[in-house]
Amino acid sequence: MERKTNILQRIDWIIVLIYLILVIYGWMNIYSSAYKPDAQFDFTQRYAKQLLWIIVAIIIIVTIFFVDNHVFSTLSYLIYGFFILMLVAVLIFGSVINDSRSWIVVGDFRIQPSEFAKFATALALAKFMNKENFSLTKDLKNLIISGVIILIPVFFILLQGDVGSALVYLVFLLVLYREGLPFVFIFIVLSEVILFILSFFVNYDVLFSLLIIGSFIYYAVITKDYRGTFLTITAILMLLIVFWAIEIFSFTYVENNYIYALVTLFFFIFSLIKAFKKRFYLPAFISGIVLFLMLSMYSSDFVFNNILQDHHRSRINVFLGFEQDLKGIGYNVNQSKIAIGSGGFFGKGYLKGTQTKYDFVPEQDTDFIFCTVGEEMGFVGTAGVLILFAFLVLRIMYLAEKQRSPFSRIYGYSVSALLFFHFSINVAMTIGLAPVIGIPLPFFSYGGSSLWSFTILLFIFVKLNTVKDSTY
Amino acid sequence: MRTKIFIYSSIVVITVFVFLINLYRIQVVDSEYKISAENNAFRKEIQYPARGVIFDRNGKLLVYNEPSYDLLVVPGTIGKFDTVEFCKIFQIDKKNINEIFSKHYNKYRPAIIEKQIPNSKFAFYEENLYKFPGFYIEKRTLRTYPKPIGAHLLGYVGEVNKIEIENDPFYSMGDYIGKSGLERTYDKYIRGEKGVKILVVDVKGKIQGSYKNGKYDIKAISGKNVTTTIDADIQEYGESLMVNKIGAVVAIEPATGEILAFISSPGYDPNLFIGNNLSKNYREIENAPNKPLYNRAIKSRYPPGSTFKPVSALIALQERVIFENTVFIISGGYNAGNHVVKDHVSGSVNLVASIQMSSNAYYCNVFKKIISDDKFKSAAEAYENWRNHLNKFGLGLKLGTDLAYEDQGLIFPSTYFDKIYGKGRWNHNTIISLAIGQGELGFTPLQIANMTAAIANRGFYIIPHVIRSIADEKENQIYKTKHYTGISPEYFIPVIDGMEKVVTGGTATIANLPGISICGKTGTAQNPHGEDHSIFIAFAPKENPKIAIAVYIENAGFGSTWAAPVASLMIEKYLTDSISRPWLEKRIVDGNLLNVIKRK
Repeated sequence: MERKTNILQRIDWIIVLIYLILVIYGWMNIYSSAYKPDAQFDFTQRYAKQLLWIIVAIIIIVTIFFVDNHVFSTLSYLIYGFFILMLVAVLIFGSVINDSRSWIVVGDFRIQPSEFAKFATALALAKFMNKENFSLTKDLKNLIISGVIILIPVFFILLQGDVGSALVYLVFLLVLYREGLPFVFIFIVLSEVILFILSFFVNYDVLFSLLIIGSFIYYAVITKDYRGTFLTITAILMLLIVFWAIEIFSFTYVENNYIYALVTLFFFIFSLIKAFKKRFYLPAFISGIVLFLMLSMYSSDFVFNNILQDHHRSRINVFLGFEQDLKGIGYNVNQSKIAIGSGGFFGKGYLKGTQTKYDFVPEQDTDFIFCTVGEEMGFVGTAGVLILFAFLVLRIMYLAEKQRSPFSRIYGYSVSALLFFHFSINVAMTIGLAPVIGIPLPFFSYGGSSLWSFTILLFIFVKLNTVKDSTY
Repeated sequence: MRTKIFIYSSIVVITVFVFLINLYRIQVVDSEYKISAENNAFRKEIQYPARGVIFDRNGKLLVYNEPSYDLLVVPGTIGKFDTVEFCKIFQIDKKNINEIFSKHYNKYRPAIIEKQIPNSKFAFYEENLYKFPGFYIEKRTLRTYPKPIGAHLLGYVGEVNKIEIENDPFYSMGDYIGKSGLERTYDKYIRGEKGVKILVVDVKGKIQGSYKNGKYDIKAISGKNVTTTIDADIQEYGESLMVNKIGAVVAIEPATGEILAFISSPGYDPNLFIGNNLSKNYREIENAPNKPLYNRAIKSRYPPGSTFKPVSALIALQERVIFENTVFIISGGYNAGNHVVKDHVSGSVNLVASIQMSSNAYYCNVFKKIISDDKFKSAAEAYENWRNHLNKFGLGLKLGTDLAYEDQGLIFPSTYFDKIYGKGRWNHNTIISLAIGQGELGFTPLQIANMTAAIANRGFYIIPHVIRSIADEKENQIYKTKHYTGISPEYFIPVIDGMEKVVTGGTATIANLPGISICGKTGTAQNPHGEDHSIFIAFAPKENPKIAIAVYIENAGFGSTWAAPVASLMIEKYLTDSISRPWLEKRIVDGNLLNVIKRK
């Protein structure tokens, strides 16, 4: 009996509270996007179904609390194996919905195994790496097996045609990094993948931000001059805030690209000074490359827009898939930005959105649910949700660091990274900063599979966290 | 390890920070998205007000409105639709549809597909409209004229052009504006105020209801009704008399300056300029022979001819260069040095007879006395004094009437003659044709009618105008003020006596009307275009005049032949509301002067 009260006391109620806020607020938004002023509460509507999924999710949570921590560790491979089998099954028996064969349909129920494969992979990875003196660098076998554990689900999900869900598995790189994978390795893989995707949707905002952030991180790692880096970043942030303030108070619009170029220049000068002072040339070299990259992108843009002729352009556009984008995804993102942008500071009020109803925004209760928040609750709502998510992600990381057992820590990091990737890509998608790859906003988006898988993912960690000192 | 935590945390924090900046930008700073959202979800249906109705002086309708419907589309909101069926139902060429969609750059601004759908088709259209989301019908009103009269006076309404939109923010593309006549002068009263109805639509353009129960809707306010001074009956009658004649008739109520009839001939049926018809017919009417669009009553400068003589006499009397009993002995004409102004009158002619018989030589002598008056240092100075007198009769000035595009007429300043003949090197004989209303003089029929009204009033006029009142607007004091001619009332007695005799036993006995004393004056103005202009001015009755009228008929010969009967018939119609001389009426109505005009 004493142990049970212990568990209740040891549950991290902050996470539970944030979870509940997000789930309830998410449901309110699903209700709002289906809301019609004169309609009764309708049990066939999605908000009614989501209510059912939430109740089931709570049952799942309670169940998880009753399971002994050792069970997760012991059953890891079994669970992993089961969901890999499901992924294979889906390829054979699955139904195609939204261009991807990701669903198993039984009667009225549809299940998306790729959602559940995430926590299964997290468990398996944690289990595999849960050894004393485990090293990714000293033993190449470890690295390869870890990679295989991650890549098996990626392989099957890609076969389903669901690129978005496959990309999610990139976040395990972060976990591997935490566990000793050299940063350069991450940096190369990440930047390659990201640049590759982004090159299809050339968005300088994202590309340049990433280049700048990347070069800072790189600089910090190479020079180990964290204080200097921190000061520089702070200075640049201050500069940005000044810029931002000028923009807001003068009502003028400063071209983003100028800001990026300025920041890079700032960084370049900073590293040049370092180079002369400490005879340390690499950072200057790298920031120089970034500057060069930016300039070359401007010039290729110039060539594309001004020197090539129409028929050249349309050929290139068709080849890269741009033509289709203008009508399909481009339309969606534009509508999504309009919905969020029209919310203003305080929003139009709950249930009073005009864009997220009447079908202007596509997928308005699943992948684009964030639009409803933006339109009805305004900047206050979107900022609130973002801060809650950021807090949740950092809180999990913080708790993960405190775990004694590597299993709990690795699993915790996986949870944190998965949530981070989902919410950031989803939000970036709705405001046009990332390509629309169709992944849900955790706890918010309509759908049982998504809600349950994130609930399981999160609450296994909450449960693991209740016993910090044990080893499995 | 701390490094890694730091890096991981900073990735999270920086990402969220970037999102916040971007969200703040699109949600708070940038208004573009809010506008797009409105265009998306709201459709602003303009509620067009009905233009004010225009009445005549007796409350008869001159112009009113009938409903009309336009078919519009918001291209960004249409669903897939059967173009063939659409074109069949709405009887539209497929090409036009494609053109509208390809040309229209803003997907969320309504484009007009068809204008002025006739009432007969409207019900059928509306029944079928549900099949084509994104398309809708907007109600407007169109002008209708119960009788095809007063085209020049009323003017017409047409779509605004770019300049008009720039000049007045009230207007936007596709609106209608008064283009001429009263519709133009009083447009800002007549047009009313546009309203707007805000509707919420879904992505397919289907109407979901009114926005916030119409809280932000604005009701259209109808234009103000206008009462004119026109008498529809004599306007119509006068227009019927002027058929197949070129010229103008203006009738004024002398005591008030109210214009009773305002005719420019040839005219056109105002119904031809309604809505869509305007673009169809405008070119044709604009280019028709004898320029029906040209408003002769206020734009044509005609020489006054002999109708000028009463004013000459009045000026001479006022300047004390002649007297009531001044007699000139006339034999054959007036010797102006190098030529002789011929006269059909001879013997000793007094003032009354000079008007009655329209003696040219008498007025040459009068003019000589005026210009060579030794009160003045030079002929030029005397001329300027004479010109000033004419200006006081409203001649050679813009009167300031409420009809657009009024011409000011023509009297040259003395410097003009200085330039031609040299300073001090011209005298009364040099410019003697002015004495008989010829030469360098040109007045509009409106000015001549106003001059007649001033004589009828024995010394003053009120600026002629066509508007009596506009709904609840204050009366315009400009049209209440008396403008004095500077001629003492007693001098009018012999002149008016002479004008009475013109009709009872002078040059225009054909205008005589038993029971009503008409005072008139004929004029026959030589002009470079061909046959003389036939002119007649008159007012009646002699005491307490109710109507003053000026009739100009181009190239019709003697004033007494055509112009005098027209004036006389219109006076009779106005004062007695009947016609006692059907034979005369028939002669005038049947008279076709278009064929006899010989252009040189």
